[in-house]
Order: sequence, then C-alpha cells, then structure tokens
Amino acid sequence: MSIEIRNIKKNFGQFSALNDVSLDVPSGELVALLGPSGCGKTTLLRIIAGLETPDSGNILFYGNDATERQVREREVGFVFQHYALFRHMTVFENVAFGLRVRPKHTRPNEAEIKRRVHELLNLVQLDWLADRYPPQLSGGQRQRIALARALAVEPKVLLLDEPFGALDAKVRKELRRWLRRLHDELHITSIFVTHDQEEALEVADRVVVINKGKIEQIGSPQEVYDHPVSPFVYQFLGNVNQFDSHVHNGAAKIGEVNLKIDAHPDTQNSPALAFVRPHDIEIYNEQHPEKLGFEAIVRYVNAVGPLVRVELERADHTELVEAELTQERFRELNLTAAQHVFIYPRNVRVFLKGDNAGA
Amino acid sequence: MAKRKNILPGFNISLGFTLLYLSLIVLIPLSAAFIKTAEISFAEFWQIVTAPRVVASYKLTFGASLIGALINAVFGLLTAWVLVRYTFPGKKFVDALVDLPFALPTAVAGIALTAIYAKNGWIGAWLEPLGVNVAFTPLGVIVALTFIGLPFVVRTVQPVLEDLEAETEEAAASLGANRLQTFTKIILPAVWPALLTGFALAFARAIGEYGSVIFIAGNMPMVSEITPLIIITKLEQYDYVGATAVAVVMLVISFVLLLAINGLQWWANRNNGADR
Repeated sequence: MSIEIRNIKKNFGQFSALNDVSLDVPSGELVALLGPSGCGKTTLLRIIAGLETPDSGNILFYGNDATERQVREREVGFVFQHYALFRHMTVFENVAFGLRVRPKHTRPNEAEIKRRVHELLNLVQLDWLADRYPPQLSGGQRQRIALARALAVEPKVLLLDEPFGALDAKVRKELRRWLRRLHDELHITSIFVTHDQEEALEVADRVVVINKGKIEQIGSPQEVYDHPVSPFVYQFLGNVNQFDSHVHNGAAKIGEVNLKIDAHPDTQNSPALAFVRPHDIEIYNEQHPEKLGFEAIVRYVNAVGPLVRVELERADHTELVEAELTQERFRELNLTAAQHVFIYPRNVRVFLKGDNAGA
Repeated sequence: MAKRKNILPGFNISLGFTLLYLSLIVLIPLSAAFIKTAEISFAEFWQIVTAPRVVASYKLTFGASLIGALINAVFGLLTAWVLVRYTFPGKKFVDALVDLPFALPTAVAGIALTAIYAKNGWIGAWLEPLGVNVAFTPLGVIVALTFIGLPFVVRTVQPVLEDLEAETEEAAASLGANRLQTFTKIILPAVWPALLTGFALAFARAIGEYGSVIFIAGNMPMVSEITPLIIITKLEQYDYVGATAVAVVMLVISFVLLLAINGLQWWANRNNGADR
C-alpha cells in the first residue's frame, strides 16, 4: 500500500517536532527515516501509525485520507523499540493476540489461529519458543517475536521504531540482513526509523534524512551518500573532513591553497564549507609536482582492520584531517606519528555559507 | 547445607532476630488468647461463640469487610489509574488525600462520617427522603470500612501501574484491540496480583477495625454490632474468658481467609508469566 504524507506539522509545547513534512512512500518499498535523536523521525512514524495526532496535515493510505482513523483501524503493524511484548502471555499467545481480539464474525477459528501463528513463528525461525514467556527470551528473539506479532494481523504497512536499537552490534547486523530478506519475500510497504546511517544505507530501498523536524534529503542510499544536498547530510552520513574556505571564481581557497572545484563558477569571494571524505584524502611522502595540497603532520595511526585510519594536523596548525588508506598504501608510505607528509584532497564538495544554513 | 557459604552475610542472625521479634510481638500475645480460652470446656466455648448475638456480629464484620474491600478494589484501581495516567491541577493534593485514612485517628473518622451521614447531616439529609439510612445501620458499617481501606488498594496498585509501559497498550491497539479488550487482556492481568494484595490488606484492616465503626454503626445487637465491639463489651463486664473465646474465633477465621488469599495470589502469579 502506498503512503502519502502531506504537510504534517506537530508541536510539543514550544518545541516544533515536525515542520511541514511531506513524503511519498510507494507500495512495497522499504524506507528508512534517518536522523539524529530528537529530529522528529519517531514522531513521524507514530503519526503514520495513528499513535499520535498531527496538529495539521494529512496521511493518505492508497489515496484515502486516514488522518482521522483510529490506530486499530489503520491496519498497520507497529514494532516498538523495546518490543512491548505482553509479558504475561506465552510467545504463542503474543502472536495470536491480534487474531483473538477480532470481532466474532471475522475471527478465525482455533485451528486456523494455531496454523497461522505457527506459520509466522516459522517465518521468524522461532517456532521452538512458542511456549516460552517473553522474559525468558534474548533481545534478538524478542524483536523477532514482536515482528511476528505485528505481521499476524496482515498489516498493509509495517512500521518499525529503531528496531535494532537495543541490540548488540553482532545481532544487529544479522537481524537487519534478515529484515531485508524478509521484506524481499513479503513485499509489504515498510518504514523504519533509525539513527544509524550504516543501518539505513545497508537495508533501505530509499533513505529519508530528517533534521530538526524537516526532511533534508530523500534518495537511494547511493544517492544520499554520493551526492548529499546539504552540509548536514554530508556530516551525518559517514565520516567527513570539514574545511573553512572561501570560494572565488570556481576555486575553493583553503588555507593558502586554491583547489579547483566544479561548482559555483560565478561566485565571488564567498565564505564556504568544504567537505572531503577520509578515503578521498591522498597521502604522499614527497610533494606532488602537479596536485595541489597541504603539508601535514601525522598525529595518530590506527591500522586495525582493512582500512588504516590516519589522523593528521595541517602544518599551519589550523585543522585536523582524517584520512583512510588501504593497508597496501600504508605499508608503501611507512607512516609513523610526527612524520611530515603531503595530503591531497579529491572530490571536494563545497557549500556556500548562508546558502544552506542546515549545518 | 550448614557449611554452604551464602553470598549475603548474616543469615543466621537476621533469621533469629526475625523469629524472636515475631514471637514477642505477634505469636506470644496471640497464643495467650488460646491459653486463656483453654480454661473453659469445649461445650462452654461452643456455647459462647455460637450465641445468636455473636454469630450475627461475625456476619456483619466479615460481610461488611468483604463488601468494603470489594468496593475499594474497584474504586481504588480507578483512583490509582487516574493518579498515574493523567495530569490535572491539584493532583499532588489528591495523591496526599488518599493517605489520610492511614493517618487520621479512626475515632475522628467515625465521628466525621456519623455527622455527615446522620439524618440531619449533609449527605444523610439528602438520603433520608429516599428511604436510605446510612448512620446506625449495617450500611454505615460498610461506609466506614470502605473509608479506612481505600489507601491499601491505591498504594499497592499505583507502583505497578506506573511500571506498566504505555507501549504495551499502544501495541494492543495497533493489533486491533479496543479499549475494553486492552483493559481486560493487557492491563488487568498485569495489575491483578497487586490488586489482590491491596484487596487482602483492605479486607484484613476492615476486619480489625473498631474506632470508626462504633460511632456510625449505632451498635444495635443483632443488627449493627461488630465482633470487636462484642469483645470489648465482654471485657468491660470482666468476662475475660468469653472475650478471648470470641477473639480466638476471629483469629482463626481471619487467618484462614488471609491464607486463602495468599494461595490465590500465588496461583495468580504462577499464571502470570513464569520467571520474571
């Protein structure tokens, strides 16, 4: 089912949680709402579910206005961050709950309920836990039961609030791949909220970046990572180096160096922020004859893992720079702390100050 | 077993102290009632404790206490719910008001209730034309016992309701449950053990209540005379054996009832999610 969100506004007292948010979620897509804590992403999810009412604006399910519809009439499955399982019921009864509370004429009979619940428990691979109580399960198991419970009512939309937030790193990775596979099987329109950019980029078909109650950018994971539209998105998605600079006639002046950029050819002497990803910083032991860059001093090296992280300080002592290079390149350079090197940024992205005050 | 090291130190001394304390404060005084009663033969005992006036007082005491505790279970739960789930001006004041029956001397409560519910009192004057007499009837006894039992239910249920995540109710709603189903299937099972405890405490307190009841009850033999009053009356007539005989019966009935409620609690807990 497609969801349309039209001009949603929501205030909590003086605080504006959502400021004129509009968003289309096409049928069958898996969408991530990504943003820092307090940005309004959970509020938006709760408004879609009907657990919260917007001050103004509309929610449309399949083109029909659902803004005034009660939670239980919206046919949404909601998975809570802390699972919200019914602790006095067995796993089986938890999953069966949505079927048992149906009005008599639509309620399936006992055999049918049993079949459906076991089918769902098999889907989440936890059929062997049917007779346990929620407090006896691990976090990952509880989350999967919560998902099975939400799916039991055959929702048109699946909403997940920080579904992996309370789990440890390894289980989290496993579960999000599993969620992706599950979605590919069921094709149910799903929206999940997360503050973890890695999670959003790995799992979602589309990522919606939210900041301070406004949508900053909507796009595929590739789009938002490669072409962030604002300094905020640039900083939020992955590590980035930020330089104070001046843009003048198609070049960004950082320190004493003029770097050529592809944007802003007509801008005259405007203050700007320049962004470079750590893996776009090249390091050389000797000054490169053609490239433009800075002299820098190595401050710290962390060689654990496939990529080596190097922290450098520009020789003019103004800014710290983080670089990532392969183990191979690292061995070639033979870097140690306090060593003088030359760094060359590529793919510099510049945002004029005042132009995009989001950062 | 004896040599097993316990992580928590002082088990022996604390158990010893607990037993000594319970013996001095509870067990020895109570057993004195049994010993004193043993001075008479069983036939005499039976005659005293089954005298029509005494039997009528058992019925009133236990019946009124039960009704009072049931009323408190319902309205105490409601009061606790309102105090936990809603914010309103004067909430702190209402919260403090709940504890008043704990602190107030029961005689004061009795006099106040009598003044209000008497035929010329504020509320009694309105009930009189309807043919309802509260003061000096068994109904008055129920009112007094409800009054003194209220805090027990509220204070036992309140913390459990506070712990109950609003999320589980939202989950129930998103799964299609209406308000009534959410209440009966989600909220009530969670607060049930606490509610039962509060009910038992209110009930036990009401059985033992004396001060507030004697003012409003009117103490007419066979109608509105409670068992504790019978005991006091016998004591005032220097009939110590008679008083302790009735006391023993009360003791046994109370103990059996509390034991039964404890059993019910154990059973409710067992059906409420094995290990928590």
